[in-house]
Amino acid sequence: MADMTLTLKIWRQKDRKSPGKFVSYTVENVSEHMSFLEMMDVLNEQLIKKGEDVVEFDNDCREGICGMCSLVINGRPHGQEHGTATCQLHMRKFNDGDIIVIEPWRAAAFPVLKDLTVDRTAFDRIIEAGGYTSINAGGAADSSAILVPKSDAEEAMDAASCIGCGACVAACPNASASLFTAAKISQFALLPQGQTERKRRAANMVAQMDAEGFGDCSNHAECEAVCPKEISITHIARMKREYFKAMVFDE
Amino acid sequence: MKLDSKIPEGPLAEKWDKHKFDLKLVNPANKRKYSVIVVGTGLAGASAASSLAELGYNVKNICIQDSPRRAHSIAAQGGINAAKNYPNDGDSIWRLFYDTIKGGDYRSREANVYRLAQVSNNIIDQGVAQGIPFAREYGGLLDNRSFGGAQVSRTFYARGQTGQQLLLGAYSSLMRQVAKKQVELITRSEMLDLILVDGKARGITTRNLITGEIETHMADAVAICTGGYGNAYFLSTNAKNSNATAAWRCYKRGALFANPCFTQIHPTCIPFSGEYQSKLTLMSESLRNDGRVWVPKKQGDNRAPNDIPEDERDYYLEERYPSFGNLVPRDVASRNAKDVVDDGRGVGPSNVAVYLDFADSINRLGENVIREKYGNLFDMYERIIDENPYKTPMMIYPAVHYTMGGLWVDYNLMSNVPGLFVLGEANFSDHGANRLGASALMQGLADGYFVIPYTIGDYLASNSFDKIESSHEACQESIALVNDKMDKLLAIKGEKTSTEFHRELGKLMWEYVGMARDEAGLKKAIKEIPKLREEFWQNVTVSSDKDLMNKDLEFAGRIADFLEIGELMARDALDRNESCGGHFRLESQTDEGEAKRKDDEYAYVSAWEYKGDDKKPALHKEELTFENVELTQRSYK
Repeated sequence: MADMTLTLKIWRQKDRKSPGKFVSYTVENVSEHMSFLEMMDVLNEQLIKKGEDVVEFDNDCREGICGMCSLVINGRPHGQEHGTATCQLHMRKFNDGDIIVIEPWRAAAFPVLKDLTVDRTAFDRIIEAGGYTSINAGGAADSSAILVPKSDAEEAMDAASCIGCGACVAACPNASASLFTAAKISQFALLPQGQTERKRRAANMVAQMDAEGFGDCSNHAECEAVCPKEISITHIARMKREYFKAMVFDE
Repeated sequence: MKLDSKIPEGPLAEKWDKHKFDLKLVNPANKRKYSVIVVGTGLAGASAASSLAELGYNVKNICIQDSPRRAHSIAAQGGINAAKNYPNDGDSIWRLFYDTIKGGDYRSREANVYRLAQVSNNIIDQGVAQGIPFAREYGGLLDNRSFGGAQVSRTFYARGQTGQQLLLGAYSSLMRQVAKKQVELITRSEMLDLILVDGKARGITTRNLITGEIETHMADAVAICTGGYGNAYFLSTNAKNSNATAAWRCYKRGALFANPCFTQIHPTCIPFSGEYQSKLTLMSESLRNDGRVWVPKKQGDNRAPNDIPEDERDYYLEERYPSFGNLVPRDVASRNAKDVVDDGRGVGPSNVAVYLDFADSINRLGENVIREKYGNLFDMYERIIDENPYKTPMMIYPAVHYTMGGLWVDYNLMSNVPGLFVLGEANFSDHGANRLGASALMQGLADGYFVIPYTIGDYLASNSFDKIESSHEACQESIALVNDKMDKLLAIKGEKTSTEFHRELGKLMWEYVGMARDEAGLKKAIKEIPKLREEFWQNVTVSSDKDLMNKDLEFAGRIADFLEIGELMARDALDRNESCGGHFRLESQTDEGEAKRKDDEYAYVSAWEYKGDDKKPALHKEELTFENVELTQRSYK
């Protein structure tokens, strides 16, 4: 395929307080083998040479595992490829002459810091509220002391593979963080090591999710559809059960 | 300068226990009176910050990303070694120690490596207790696999996401301490200088990456856990933001930089595809357990791989190394790939790749088994290359992946600068000239969970600390230095972007300080890199906002440092006129073309001291002594 010329409509916003707007850019000589972020690099190189401000977008590992990249591409978090983070999306999925609209995650709990970069520290505070087992270094029993059925370990791993990117929030009409929170609650609920703090964890993490201004889940399943790790909403169902048990039964 | 490694006396197996007893303790009630800054939140940083906080120290933990969970440890795929011997296949602490020191080609300290093997088992216990969903057998026990260069199955794993799971485990412990207010977490903040007061490390100067503000943070000790310097090559498997600036600033404040030429080129990466490419992607070398590496026997054979009959394929690793086959250590696998490509037998569109073929394993085990083991890696490959590796052999080629060198530390993980501790990939201590697969995670976590909690107490208990305010002249001098460098970068307004300079540096490094090095090439690099650096400081252009989020400015500062590190790497490689591990000097090879060490001349750690921007660095040597292992020529035949 010959190189492409693309029109990008990108959300530009100076800082948290300033209003933002879309600005159009043309990028030429885009190879089909480039990743989406490499195409963005080409744009930024152009802007630097023209003495203009670069477009800020979070990215790091570019292997789909760090969870840093976070672009809404043509209205869809991480773009149109199923089970793929922005950094693993390649330009061969686009055509010459395409107009591509690029926005940041949009959610009250994820304020824009600059351009396409948002503040996701709300996720860290949800983990802080209980996304751990209370174990100090040095105090652990031998790792083979407790057997864990393979099926439980596998399902826990499905949940634990969450990369914390926040696409679930960006896709949800309620801007709910349910899939993110549920993935962590579910991982621990499935493993023996998570049992002692099970109720406290569910109650506190759900409360923190509310406090951060995320909405509740109303079963749209948009989160599952955009999750780059294809985490299932059955984990949300488990979180609801865990939360119910935590509320109804005493510790 | 006399380098004192502070290795304890006594038999190897008793050193660490004896040392732990000899170290001074800080009374539990007094720990809250001490503060420690931990820079970096990867495996080493997060485990150190959480463990020190659990003990009661006041910890400030700083990272450049938006969350500690983003650190590049997250991208490690294959697994973590431990000497548990669950499979009953002959493993032991001694064997893990022996394999690691041999794998490092006898350029690491016996005592450090033995301690690493000793605490390896505690790491797995800790991870399981944190709720890490390691792979399990149907009976519920932890599963193990064998991994590059090892003849026992000692590698624990969580699908192809072991680094992610171990990091999220350490992160969860860290966030628990953040909730307890025992750790103050400062994200999107970059360390740009080390602050010394009376010769001791007492603080750091940072740039707030959201507001651009320059800030100082003071403490009683500083721990650098900021990873390696592999991005000096521009193209590497490191993350885009991985950089060496924090460690390099320490070097320029007097910390010694050890073995900078020891870099690891990882054999199983997705090949380079074009000039625009921003990074290379690694695929876990666990793939070599079931994949067979080959190239066509004929030069310039452009047939599709599946059209090349069996007898026209050269399974060169199996052929050359019958006992280890496809599982030879990383440096050997990488160099052999370069050999066959240089021989004109490379494959793929660029002819700079070799095949990694799963057809036999799929026939033997079934596609489902292969999918269960490597599904995510196969998906990743297909996304990038647009070919289905279940049907067509993968193409792979070596890429820079890890740096064994780093800031010099003693047995306590303290640098020559009092109060400056260095952990994980950022130090030089455990992997010698080559790191074995699944040992990086082990070392980062060993340092953070099980070494520094003991050794830092000894330093704190042995010294007294006056309170330092940010008005102190050392802080003001540091702030001025940081501001000055940024102002200079912004004032140049030249023609080329920092990425363009970075790419040029990368080409020089790969060409002359890459997989095979020789005197002429290294001398050329030592001449060309300073020229490029000079051009950078006259002709770079940087996006102009100092007071806002500005990734271009961040990058420019890091590339300025890489332009200095690259030269030091070349100098070190030139000094070391022997081949060992990942450092291959063409002048020093066996008749079979294998790395040939010169133990009489080079059994030392090179530790470089900064002498000024226009002066040559000074080389100090720490002699390595081996009392427990016999130095043999590595052979994987």
